[in-house]
Amino acid sequence: MITILNIGMNHETAPVKIRECLAAEPDNNKKALIFMRETDCIKESVFLSTCNRIEILCTTDDPSMAKKAILELMSKLGRLPVKDFISNLYTYNDMEAVYHFFSVASSLDSMIIGEPQILGQIKKAYAEATTNKSSGVILNRLMHQTFHVAKKVRTETGICESAVSISYAAVELAKKIFNTLEGKKVLFIGAGEMAELAARHLMKQGINSIRIANRTFNNALKLAALFDGNAILFEEIDSQLSEVDIVLTSTASPQYIITYEQVKKIIRKRRNSPLFFIDIAVPRNVQPEVNNLENIYVYDIDNLKGIIRTNMTQRRQEAVKADRIVSQEVDKFEKWLKTLKVVPTIISLRKKADIIMQAEFQKSYSILKELSPAQMETINILTKSIVEKFLNDPILYLKSKADRKSLGNYLDMTRNLFNLDKDEDDI
Amino acid sequence: MIFLFNLALFLELFATGGFIVFIIKQQKWVFRYSYNILIMGFICHSISIGCQYYELGTAPILGLKSILSFFSWSIVAIYILLQIKFKLRVLGSFVAPFVTIIMISAFFFPWKIQESINPIFNSLWLIFHVIIIFIGDAFFAIAFLTSIMYLIQEYHIKKKRLGSFYTRLPSLATLDAINTFSLNCGFPLLSIGILIGSIYSQHAFGKYWQWDPKEVWALISWLFYAALIHQRITVGWQGRRAAIMSIICFCILMFTFIVIGIWFGGYHSFKSLGA
Repeated sequence: MITILNIGMNHETAPVKIRECLAAEPDNNKKALIFMRETDCIKESVFLSTCNRIEILCTTDDPSMAKKAILELMSKLGRLPVKDFISNLYTYNDMEAVYHFFSVASSLDSMIIGEPQILGQIKKAYAEATTNKSSGVILNRLMHQTFHVAKKVRTETGICESAVSISYAAVELAKKIFNTLEGKKVLFIGAGEMAELAARHLMKQGINSIRIANRTFNNALKLAALFDGNAILFEEIDSQLSEVDIVLTSTASPQYIITYEQVKKIIRKRRNSPLFFIDIAVPRNVQPEVNNLENIYVYDIDNLKGIIRTNMTQRRQEAVKADRIVSQEVDKFEKWLKTLKVVPTIISLRKKADIIMQAEFQKSYSILKELSPAQMETINILTKSIVEKFLNDPILYLKSKADRKSLGNYLDMTRNLFNLDKDEDDI
Repeated sequence: MIFLFNLALFLELFATGGFIVFIIKQQKWVFRYSYNILIMGFICHSISIGCQYYELGTAPILGLKSILSFFSWSIVAIYILLQIKFKLRVLGSFVAPFVTIIMISAFFFPWKIQESINPIFNSLWLIFHVIIIFIGDAFFAIAFLTSIMYLIQEYHIKKKRLGSFYTRLPSLATLDAINTFSLNCGFPLLSIGILIGSIYSQHAFGKYWQWDPKEVWALISWLFYAALIHQRITVGWQGRRAAIMSIICFCILMFTFIVIGIWFGGYHSFKSLGA
C-alpha cells in the first residue's frame, strides 16, 4: 500500500535559524534527491527548499521507516541533531499531504498570501527531481496537478490582485492617475536605499527619465549612474517640479521639503497637468496640504500602508475561495490515485491474454508459416482485436469500481476468475 | 414600427441590467452579453427610425417622443464608436442606464399619427441641421458621463478612500482623454448644426437669426462649450475643473433641449413642431 508522505517546515513552524541551516549549501537539493533515491523505503521524491520553507514529498510503502530516513537526511544536510528541529516539523500523509502541497503552490500557506514566487520555486524543484530521476508516476501526476491548481487559483480568485508592498501600491496608484507610466518623468528627492528600491520598481514600468536630488550630491550621482538618470542639485528642485509627473521623497529632513506655496506656484507652469507625490519619508517631506491643490495628489507612507492593509484583508477573503478550489482538486487527485490500484490487475490481465495468444500461435505455427506476410498480418490483427474487445468490458468494470471501498473484493474476484495469480509457466 | 421601438427599449433595459451586473461582478462575459444585447437593441431602434422616416418622408424629429427616441439612438451610436476606439468596458455601465432613462421617458409619450407635415420640415437642410446637432449632443452626453466618472474617481484618489469604485473605474488620464475627445468632436458638430439651421432659416423664413428662445439658449450653451474648450487649449484646463465645467455645460444644453422646447414658445418648440 503506497503512502504519500509530506514532511516539512515553514516560516510559522520553524525560526529562520533552523531554516537557514538546512538551506546552507547550494547543492543540498541534489544531495537530498540522490539520498532519497538510494533509500530503499522511499520510492519517489521531490525536494523543495526556499527561504521560507522546506518541503519533502515522497511516496513510500513504509511511512515510519521513510520518516526516519528523512529525519536522518535533514540532520545530515543541516548538520543539526534531530532533536533540535523535530518539534518544528509537520508531517502529512496521503490526501492531507496533497492538500498541503496544493495550498503551498497556490500561495495560501505563504508569509504574504498570494505572492507569486512560490510556484516558480516548485517548478524548479520538480525539474531538479526529474533530472535526478527521483520522481515517478504518482509524483509526476501530483506535480502536474499542482501546477494546474495553482494556475486555477490565480485566475479564478483575486488572491494575487491588489498590491501588498509599498512600491506596488504606489505604482498601482500612479497607474490610476496616469493610466500608464510609460514615458513619465520621475524626480527622486533623497538617494537612500528606499529610493533605490522604488527606482528599480518604477524602471520596470517603463519610466523614461529619472532625476535625483540629494543633499549629498555624490550619492545622487551614484544612484543616477545606476539607473541612467540625471543627478540634480537641491536648489534645482523648484524648476524640476514643473516638468516631472511623479515625485518620490525619502529624505531624513526634519522640515517639509515640498511646501504648499511652492507647489501652488508651479501649477500654472505645468498647465494643470497631474502631479503625484509619493512621500515615503518619516517625518514627512511633503506638506500634507499640497494634496488640496487641484490635480495634485499626495500619498504618504501611512496612506500607502493603509492601502496594503485593506488589500491584505481582501486577499484573505479570496483565500477562502481558493481553499475550496484546492479541496475540489484534492478529490480529483484521490480519484486518480484509486484508479492506480486497478492498474496492476489490468496489466496482468492483458499479459495473460498476450501469453495465451503467443502460445496458440506457436501451436499452429506449422500451418501458419505457409501463409503470405500479408495474410499473417491480417490474422495477427484479427486475434489481437478479438482479445482487446473481450477484455474491454472487464477493464472498464474494474476502473468504474476504483473508488469503492470494496475494490479489494472486485480485484480478488477478477484475479480468481481469470486465474491471474498462478505461476505464468503453468499456462 | 411601434413594436420595434418597444423591442429596442426592452433590449436596452435588459442590457442596462447586464451592465449593472457587470460593474458589480466585473466578469467579462457579462459585459460581452450586455454589449451585444445593446447592439441588438440599437439595430431594432435604427430600423424603427428608418420606418418612421419612410412613412413621414422626413426625419422623425417632430414630436417630443421621436426627438427623445432619436437622441437616445444617437448616444448609443456614439457610445459604440467610442467603445471601439477606447475599449473601456465600464463606460457602458454609465451610458446604458442614461440611454434607457431617455428611452423610457420617450415611451410614455403617445405615438402621434401625423396626417400632414408642414412643408418647411420637408428639407434635407433641416434633416442635416437636426441630425448633426443630435450627434454633437450625443458626444456631449458621453463627455458628461465620463466627467461624472472622473469626479467619482478623483474623489476616491484625493480622499484616499480606495473603495470598490476605485478598482472598477479606469484611470483619470483615460477618462480625461475620452472627455477631451468627445468635446473636440461635439463642439464642431454643434457649431455646424447651428450654422446649417441658420442658413436654412434664411432660406425658409428670410432671416438668419430670429431670437427665438431656443436659438438664444443654444447660443448660450455654445458659448459655454466654447469657453471650456478655450480654457482647455490656452491654460491647459483638465481634470476636475474641466469635468465640472463639462457637467455644467451639459446641464445648460439639456435645459435648452427639454425645458425651452416644452415650456417656452417659439417656432422651435415641440408644440409648434407637431402642428
